[in-house]
Amino acid sequence: MSRFAFALGAILVGAAALAAALPGIAQSERVVRITAKKYEFDPPKVTLKRGEPVVLELTTLDRVHGFKLPAFGVRADVAPGEVARVRITPDAAGKFDFLCDSFCGSGHEDMDGEIVVE
Amino acid sequence: MPYHVDRRDFMKLAGIGGAVFASGLGLPKAAGAAVQQDFFFVQLSDTHWGFAGAPNPEAANTLKRAVAAANALARQPDFIVFTGDLTHTTDDAQERRRRMAEFRDIVSALKVKDVRYIPGEHDASLDRGAAYQEFFGKPNYTFDHKGIHFIALDNVSDPGALIGESQLAWLSADLAQLKRDQPIVVLTHRPLFDLQPDWDWATRDGAKAVELLTPFANVTVFYGHIHQEHHHMTGRIPHHAATSLIFPLPAPGSQPKRAPLAWDPAAPFKGLGFREVAARTSGPALGIEELPLNKG
Ligand SMILES: [Cu+2]
Repeated sequence: MSRFAFALGAILVGAAALAAALPGIAQSERVVRITAKKYEFDPPKVTLKRGEPVVLELTTLDRVHGFKLPAFGVRADVAPGEVARVRITPDAAGKFDFLCDSFCGSGHEDMDGEIVVE
Repeated sequence: MPYHVDRRDFMKLAGIGGAVFASGLGLPKAAGAAVQQDFFFVQLSDTHWGFAGAPNPEAANTLKRAVAAANALARQPDFIVFTGDLTHTTDDAQERRRRMAEFRDIVSALKVKDVRYIPGEHDASLDRGAAYQEFFGKPNYTFDHKGIHFIALDNVSDPGALIGESQLAWLSADLAQLKRDQPIVVLTHRPLFDLQPDWDWATRDGAKAVELLTPFANVTVFYGHIHQEHHHMTGRIPHHAATSLIFPLPAPGSQPKRAPLAWDPAAPFKGLGFREVAARTSGPALGIEELPLNKG
């Protein structure tokens, strides 16, 4: 990931936080569910289409985790009993790492995944 | 009382033997606020007591080796600071306390008795610093030493890597009492800037702390977390990461995963070490020298 891409992403944090807070989602948007648990995301690899808006719905099976997708400048807390939503529209093909950014234990450093945009 | 200096040792520390003096730290002598006496302190970081695994088959001996290395310094530092991840994390609250008690026992063999601590996420993030504070006290505090104002910042007791609004307010109030040319050293665990966010090498609200520090002309940050020497400037503020005392991690972004670098049986303890920081009354205020643990 280039520094430029990250800088762009950082500017979008506010908008992303807003998106994550939206109570509902538009009918046409694709929803991708990701489950978090110590110390993995399921699925660990998510394939998306370039230009297609997507809502990532995040839940946890055990404790609080974080979901951070630095290239898109988005993150969310993933707490038990809640659904965290992150809306993104990938505008470039490539592979983008996501990770847990809320320290969750001895395997925290290995808790990550990948978004592939085709 | 004249300050005892081992000339040869201090000259080495002061730049002739490989020490790097932080740039942009020349202190205006006329300014009033300045280092009052030459001295040095030692930074140890990321000892991860309780870790077991292939990246360090000598994990049970590494901390003791570091203590022995610090005790063997020809001139003893004024104080020693551990910048977090004293212990390796565990979900078991009893085991966490056992590791902290063992860590405290081992470092009690340090000749220097002025030892200061700050937490890392392995120590404090799972219980918001409860066990850490039982053993090591407050995770954020200030102290003054020979003209330098030291600020210990806690960016790990919140598991989301936040300093938090109340601590930022505390920092702001502390800084409000200082002259703009006051030499300031910040001690913290995580980088206060976005070093490698996709490896969690960041503090979510670190930029707010940097913004509060930016009006001050002589600020230096020492931190840990990334298990390697690293130097970075945000504006005129240098940030220096220390090597760890358990296993080295790869250079930021140098490989797909932040997996520990493999133990090298031919060079045990390679990539591990600690740091001396020299403070001087003239010239650049601070000099640093890295001391590898496997140095013969
Ligand atoms: Cu996690």
